[in-house]
Amino acid sequence: MIKLTTPVSPEEVKKLRAGDVVLISGVIYTGRDAAHKRLCELLAKGEELPINVDGSIIYYVGPTPAKPGRAIGSAGPTSSYRMDAYSEPLMQQGLKVMVGKGSRSEEYKKQLQKYGAVYLSAIGGAAASISETIKKCEVVTYEDLGAEAIHRLEVEDFYAIVTYDSVGNDLLQQGMQTYHKD
Amino acid sequence: MRKINLADVTTAVRDMFVDACENIPENVLEVLKKAAQEEESPLGKEVINKIVENDLLAREKHLPICQDTGVAVVMLTIGSQVTWEGDLQEAINEGVRQAYVGGYLRKSVVRHPLDRVNTKDNTPAIVHVKVVEGDVFRIDVAPKGGGSENMSVVKMLIPADGVEGIKKLVLDTVFNAGGKPCPPIIVGLGIGGNFEKSAMMAKEALFREIDDVSADPLARKLEEELLEEINKIGIGPMGFGGTKTCLAVKVNTYPCHIASLPVAINIQCHAARHKHCEL
Repeated sequence: MIKLTTPVSPEEVKKLRAGDVVLISGVIYTGRDAAHKRLCELLAKGEELPINVDGSIIYYVGPTPAKPGRAIGSAGPTSSYRMDAYSEPLMQQGLKVMVGKGSRSEEYKKQLQKYGAVYLSAIGGAAASISETIKKCEVVTYEDLGAEAIHRLEVEDFYAIVTYDSVGNDLLQQGMQTYHKD
Repeated sequence: MRKINLADVTTAVRDMFVDACENIPENVLEVLKKAAQEEESPLGKEVINKIVENDLLAREKHLPICQDTGVAVVMLTIGSQVTWEGDLQEAINEGVRQAYVGGYLRKSVVRHPLDRVNTKDNTPAIVHVKVVEGDVFRIDVAPKGGGSENMSVVKMLIPADGVEGIKKLVLDTVFNAGGKPCPPIIVGLGIGGNFEKSAMMAKEALFREIDDVSADPLARKLEEELLEEINKIGIGPMGFGGTKTCLAVKVNTYPCHIASLPVAINIQCHAARHKHCEL
């Protein structure tokens, strides 16, 4: 297991390899389809982003509402491929780590190599367990989007698996090849 | 005639959606535990164990199993001897509203597919009605997540495609979905009928219990063979590679046109949440 604390440095991200299990601690930001669309519209207009993505981690999640006494509701990853079209502009701003689930486009994989970034998976559907590792949650912006608003999360030992690394390895492809039976 | 009180429908719908989102069916949990034992990949095994751990935690602490608490799908089986006064669809929507707003569930429904404004109470529900003989009033509910639903397919095959064509379509669909629908998945297949009937049957297939088998020998054979063939693909839990891509295949069939072989594939994630009751 590799401990990763935010903000992450380009060097430690480059050392990560597909298949590594990481435990993330520190501040991470949430974002899904609608928030990504808005962030990219801002960048296209040459405006500042409402969050500093340089050295940050974005987690693709739309949590359930928090029950009384809890920091956040259930908070598992959503499918990442829907964010493919929005990821490069954010990597250009220094985003190094994205967390979601499922496969992504070939273009996206090439962009990870270009920008020295990585794609991690959290376990889809393990949303109650994941919420236990989120200690604090507050809305940063886009409150009108509800569950899709950008939240600032403080996490402790948030479990994720390196899925695509910055040198072109793909855990999903490797895993399927290993266990494929004719 | 037997009269149903719509307030009871609202209460039942509300309670079942909250219950479904927090409590994985016991037989699904058992199938997951067995899959963890049988999974050949160490990482795959760890992933399934974490899923089981999550489902138990959700049950213990009354938390949603998954943050995607879905679109509210409701199937009604109504006997011809049953009556009620008022708007049944609205009684169901009120139950959904109370479950999702009062039960801390995520609201995942937009009012229009093009303008995409959230309705903020997860209504309207998607309601299907089947009328039968007698005085039964049965409600089946399932919160259906978007990730697995997005991987579903309807295809009009032709008779010449046959069983091999059906298998190829299923295997291609599961392969293309990879880790996106949160495997280990359950595959609901509707074969026959026509375009919309096949889709409806695929959904109904997912409402079957995970550990049942089809009473139709042809459907049962296909269920068994497809389960084995899907698990040879190697996708594995969450797509990280492994031998447990699929927990169960459910095949429902219906007579069809001499020119057609409609096939619908509805994909269900490992959080196979559904409940039912009779009023």
